[in-house]
Amino acid sequence: MKIIAVCGMGIGTSIILKMNIDNALAKLDVDADVEAADISAARGAASSADLVFTSSELADQLGELDTPIIIIDDFTNVGEIEEKLIEELDL
Amino acid sequence: MDWLVSILEFIGAQILNVPAYLVGIIVAVGLIALKKSAGQVVGGALKAILGFLILGAGAGVVVAALEPLGGLVLAVTGSEGVVPTNEVITALAADTYGATSAYILSLGFVLMLALARFTPLRYIFLTGHHMVFMAMLLSVVLSIGFGEGLTWLTVLMGAFLLAVIMVVMPALAHPWMKRVTGNDVIAIGHFGTLGYIAAGATGSVVGKHSPSTEDITFPQGLKFLRDSMVATALSMVLIYLVFAIWGLISLGDEALPFMGAADGGAFIMASVMQGLMFGVGVSVILYGVRTFLGELIPAFQGIANKVVPDAKAALDVPIVFPYGQNAVLIGFISSFVGGLVMLLILGVWLGPAFGLAIILPGMVPHFFTGGGAGVFGNATGGRRGAMAGGFVNGLLITILPAFLYSVMSGIGLTGTTFGDADFGWFGSLVGLSVQGDSVVLGVVLLLVLGVVLLAGGIVWQKRVVDTGWMPAVEHQRFVDERTAAEKEKEVAAAAVRKEERAAKKKAAAEAENTNA
Repeated sequence: MKIIAVCGMGIGTSIILKMNIDNALAKLDVDADVEAADISAARGAASSADLVFTSSELADQLGELDTPIIIIDDFTNVGEIEEKLIEELDL
Repeated sequence: MDWLVSILEFIGAQILNVPAYLVGIIVAVGLIALKKSAGQVVGGALKAILGFLILGAGAGVVVAALEPLGGLVLAVTGSEGVVPTNEVITALAADTYGATSAYILSLGFVLMLALARFTPLRYIFLTGHHMVFMAMLLSVVLSIGFGEGLTWLTVLMGAFLLAVIMVVMPALAHPWMKRVTGNDVIAIGHFGTLGYIAAGATGSVVGKHSPSTEDITFPQGLKFLRDSMVATALSMVLIYLVFAIWGLISLGDEALPFMGAADGGAFIMASVMQGLMFGVGVSVILYGVRTFLGELIPAFQGIANKVVPDAKAALDVPIVFPYGQNAVLIGFISSFVGGLVMLLILGVWLGPAFGLAIILPGMVPHFFTGGGAGVFGNATGGRRGAMAGGFVNGLLITILPAFLYSVMSGIGLTGTTFGDADFGWFGSLVGLSVQGDSVVLGVVLLLVLGVVLLAGGIVWQKRVVDTGWMPAVEHQRFVDERTAAEKEKEVAAAAVRKEERAAKKKAAAEAENTNA
């Protein structure tokens, strides 16, 4: 499975988000490849990914995608990410 | 033993002196320490190496796109015009100073862990690109200051200063950060912090009774600037166009050779193309930064979690954006205005008088640090605070790079410089400390600078942060009262509605009764 984590520049908060998604995946024992992306690249990258993680403001900007978008309110909260992963993946 | 010397020489010159390999090794060590699988270690290290090499590829594109602009600005204004861009100056310096900066980065990180472990400044700075930029800034300024042959001293002093600034800045900003987030979970780890503190302090002065920005319904049309690729290309095209038109007006046909153009139309379109190519170059550099930070930061954080488990993570500035989405836009606009005002002051007075370069506004630093300043200003002073805070930030990130540019251009790095506030003041102070001929004096001054900052930070943490002091108590009370009043109104309104509904129901029931 491939997941992308999106922020404005793709080098700051998205990497924090990527690490926390990695942690959440490890807890859930799911194997996936997580990559950070900026919002420009994200629209293209999303087509080859299975899930997109971002904040609510950036989700509006990403617009309609075929890939499901998961909105995270607190990028540092592994618990929130875990919950939303469980919900999305039906674990 | 000759063969051993040869091998060591080979490793020193051909591997440890090549920044890309060095970064790869650092990442590999980090991943091994985290007990990752062999495949992950090799893959991570290789990606870090490739990411670093991509930096260089992007730097070439950016330099080509910047060259005509530099000539044009000099020709029409008589001063140097600079758009500070962290990624570009880092990529430019990476060839010569990359290896030293990689040593500073890794040793600085270790020292930061030690400071976080053994002093009250328990912050782990995790904003990787800013670590990389600061390490490069220190590497450049100190290498030149100490001269050749003293690389070990550059690395030691650079790592010490990097570690100090990485734990001190989050501590200094923390009272305001607590006001922004409303809790005490994360810290801000970004080298625009002087601007955020200034914005927070300004906010509490101007906006004691100013309502929050978040009550306004604000047009969301400027949000597209959050996309850094758009913001960079757009601002550079605009800057290019301004100077191209200015050039045509003031120089006439003499301006044409700057773009190698045959006529005015070709000249304008060539300048648009150069602006776009600048955006291309920055995107390539960012891709490189992303590729190696994606490997480096998780490795660093994994180590930090083991060494200082209870430390606070100090994170990049967009982490505060959700606490004031309108404030981000207000802060950006007023920061940009502040940048233009300071540009005017530089152009008319400070430039001619002191030979400072003209700092042109880059959208990316104004958006990210101006937006952050807006959020801090809003937290302490509502709408007026967000406006004034952004404005002050704009002044700072224009004047400070002008100082830094005069330090860095003195040592041959021209064309651009570092953009955010802390690079400006810290870089200038470090640069001034090592400007004399005496290495010993330089080291003493740097030690004084580092120790004063560290001691100040510890006192601040103990006396101010740990005692729970919060800025803008009056503003917070005002906001709370307002929210309470709103809530009361809402409750009252809800009660009225309920009564009305009940009355209606009753009336309907009565009507039914009469009908029956």
